[in-house]
Amino acid sequence: MEELISKLKQEVIQQLNLEDIKPEDIDSDSPLFGEGLGLDSIDALELIVLLEKNYGLKIEDPKDGKKIFHSIRTMAEYITEHKKS
Amino acid sequence: MPVRVFVTGLGIISGIGKDLNEHVTSLYHSRPGISDIRFLDTHLKGEIPVSEVKCSDEELFGMTGVSSHEAYSRNSLLGIIAAREAWDHAKLGTRKKRRTGLISATTVGGMDQCEKYYQEFLKGDSYNDFIEIYDCADSTEKIARQLGITGFRTTISTACSSAANAILFGARLIRDGYLDRVVAGGTESLTIFHMNGFNALKILDKQPCRPFDANRSGITLGEGAAYIIIESEEAAREDAPEFIAELAGYGNACEAFHQTASSPDGQGAWLAMKKALETAGIEPGQIDYINAHGTGTDNNDLSEGIAIQRLFGEHIPPVSSTKPFTGHTTSAAGSTEAILSILSLKHQMIWPNLNFRDPMPELSFTPVKELITDVPVNYVMSNSFGFGGNDTSLIFKKVKQE
Amino acid sequence: MAYINGIGVISSQDLSRGFPETLQEYRVDFLPCLPPDYKRFINPIAARRMSRLIRMGITSARLALADAGVEMPEAIITGTGLGSVEETEKLLMDMDSGNTLLNPTPFIQSTYNTISSQIAINLKCHHYNSTYVHRSFSFESAFMDALMQIGEGMADNALAGGIDEMTMMHLDIMRKVGHWKQAPASNITLLQDSTPGALAGEGAAFFVLGKEPSASTYCKVEGIDMFHRDSPEGLGEQEIRSFLQSRGYRPDDIDLLVLGYNGDSCFDGIYDRFAGDLFSSATTTWFKHLSGEYYTASAMGLWLGAFMLKNGRIPSAVLLRGDAATPAHRVLVYNQYRGEYHSLFLLSAI
Repeated sequence: MEELISKLKQEVIQQLNLEDIKPEDIDSDSPLFGEGLGLDSIDALELIVLLEKNYGLKIEDPKDGKKIFHSIRTMAEYITEHKKS
Repeated sequence: MPVRVFVTGLGIISGIGKDLNEHVTSLYHSRPGISDIRFLDTHLKGEIPVSEVKCSDEELFGMTGVSSHEAYSRNSLLGIIAAREAWDHAKLGTRKKRRTGLISATTVGGMDQCEKYYQEFLKGDSYNDFIEIYDCADSTEKIARQLGITGFRTTISTACSSAANAILFGARLIRDGYLDRVVAGGTESLTIFHMNGFNALKILDKQPCRPFDANRSGITLGEGAAYIIIESEEAAREDAPEFIAELAGYGNACEAFHQTASSPDGQGAWLAMKKALETAGIEPGQIDYINAHGTGTDNNDLSEGIAIQRLFGEHIPPVSSTKPFTGHTTSAAGSTEAILSILSLKHQMIWPNLNFRDPMPELSFTPVKELITDVPVNYVMSNSFGFGGNDTSLIFKKVKQE
Repeated sequence: MAYINGIGVISSQDLSRGFPETLQEYRVDFLPCLPPDYKRFINPIAARRMSRLIRMGITSARLALADAGVEMPEAIITGTGLGSVEETEKLLMDMDSGNTLLNPTPFIQSTYNTISSQIAINLKCHHYNSTYVHRSFSFESAFMDALMQIGEGMADNALAGGIDEMTMMHLDIMRKVGHWKQAPASNITLLQDSTPGALAGEGAAFFVLGKEPSASTYCKVEGIDMFHRDSPEGLGEQEIRSFLQSRGYRPDDIDLLVLGYNGDSCFDGIYDRFAGDLFSSATTTWFKHLSGEYYTASAMGLWLGAFMLKNGRIPSAVLLRGDAATPAHRVLVYNQYRGEYHSLFLLSAI
């Protein structure tokens, strides 16, 4: 799981063009949206693309994204759970 | 006293008709133009409905008289058909020559061809006719050439408010004394490029759009072109065959909130509508019908709905979105819906907001569900709100034949 | 009629401390812009999603506003011939590779009005906002709209700009239809080149137009006009005289010309005839060795004209004919694109 979390941090930084941020700056459990990194609705869409491109997981309704993308850890948990099936 | 601006010609082609009369018939009989994708070769065929103009490119070439060997985009062909109808409607080919301009709106430009030929552009060594038609100006120049317009021309691209802004700018050019007549409107054909783009934003509905419905889930894209002829009072009174309507007011404002979302209180929409009322010199209570932008997205319909409530208070006029008929024709929406608004004035009818079922809990009003006939319609407001928060509102007034 | 009270420019030259002593020489396919100092004006969370073009646009606009000492304009109007070429290419390449899952960000950024909107979001400006995309009339349309806003009393200060970017991919495509030089060229020796095709470029120039003059005023704008030709040719004498006459002037009243020579041997002759026929006694200058050619390059020409009027001097690096020592009073900027799109800007010293 920790390996996936580390990989995800790098991918998120790249996908969202977070130029001045390093993986160690992102706390695995902190909210990504609103307070934390200050991401918005377009970022949520970009993360949906990331999940599909890199992990083959499709999210049809952007509203489902809220729970999945709450933090890096929830993203990793979602990937781990759904990649099994 | 500002110069009065009159509408003397209308021309339109969309998913519900190839000309003005077909549009009136479709509206009157509540026949929408939304169906499965037929002509566009996209992976989204069968997945999402659209409102296509029911003609192949070959048929459009036939309708314009342009040889299909020439490098004309579908965008240009649609534009020429609609602009020419408006031109002929106002009989501009035979009337006294006056300073005439063309303000056209588009965003896809020649993209319907460019996306097919892009690899060839990159790898090919020889001249490809289609290279130079890629940009927004191409369709405007083609329309100007077909109509014989040698004077002022330009192209506006402000996303979904583009064609409304074209009409607004045209009116100002007339009022400020630069031109006597303007052909104003927009053209937008469906392209794989922008369909994929809207799909990436996850705002395409898998069923025909349901503006102002509690369960709405996105837009239905459409294609088409629509142009109106506007003239100064002096030019119109001289020899116009018909006074169709008056462009009484206009307003443009910027949301300045977010690149793709409108603010929850609809500030940009409110400002645009308010400015339109001010330039028209009328009170909110005098508007008889609002042809809303009403795209069917969560965001727009809430934002626009709240803005309408804020501005009209207790006296909200009948509101409907005609996008369930024509789809969202993006850069042509402003002029498409201006024409549908003008038809409302002409026929004294209010068009229904098709596909509506459940009221939005946040709003105090519901849209018009069925066609309303034989109703006094003197002032119509037509709203067009674009990505990037570009909001425009136009007000048309009924005129007695003078 | 209005005043140019502030200008922000991004080009291949460092113009931040006035006109440079020596111009930077490039031997390139296209003249690239120096990277804009966008971090001054855009917070990192917003900037990360912005394409290079948007960063250029916002920086240039904010520089113009700072120059004019204006916080909030009452109109934001942009002209761009091609918009975000880079973002559009990303999407097209993606599509071509069979990828149907597009990223939303480049799509949003590829829309032409994204520059005007992002400037408005940056400033929180709710006023009039528009974007013109019509080749070499793009900036002219934006500028004219801004003048009209002021004339109608809708704005005391209006922001109008011209911006375009270039990429190698786009350059290669347009090279095939003869717009650009077939090989890298020097911006300094460009006019001695005598080969077809222009030296391509990119850049941004935003202007704050004011109803009233102020301490920062560059010049008065007397008028602007655009002329289209169906087939390539120059402007007619009557058209030029008419343009000047309607503003109360004659060709003799023009002491300085700013001309859009771009090194294209097929079309630069149009400028020779313009400067020779009616304006034989005017000093002539050029600017596309700073900007290169692109659809909104005339904005750079306008900057140069305004700069020379304000500073009362003509930098030797831009001089073609005449006396650099005599300050100008009335400048005519003339730009044309392949003989099809012609524009005139008339400026006066205050």
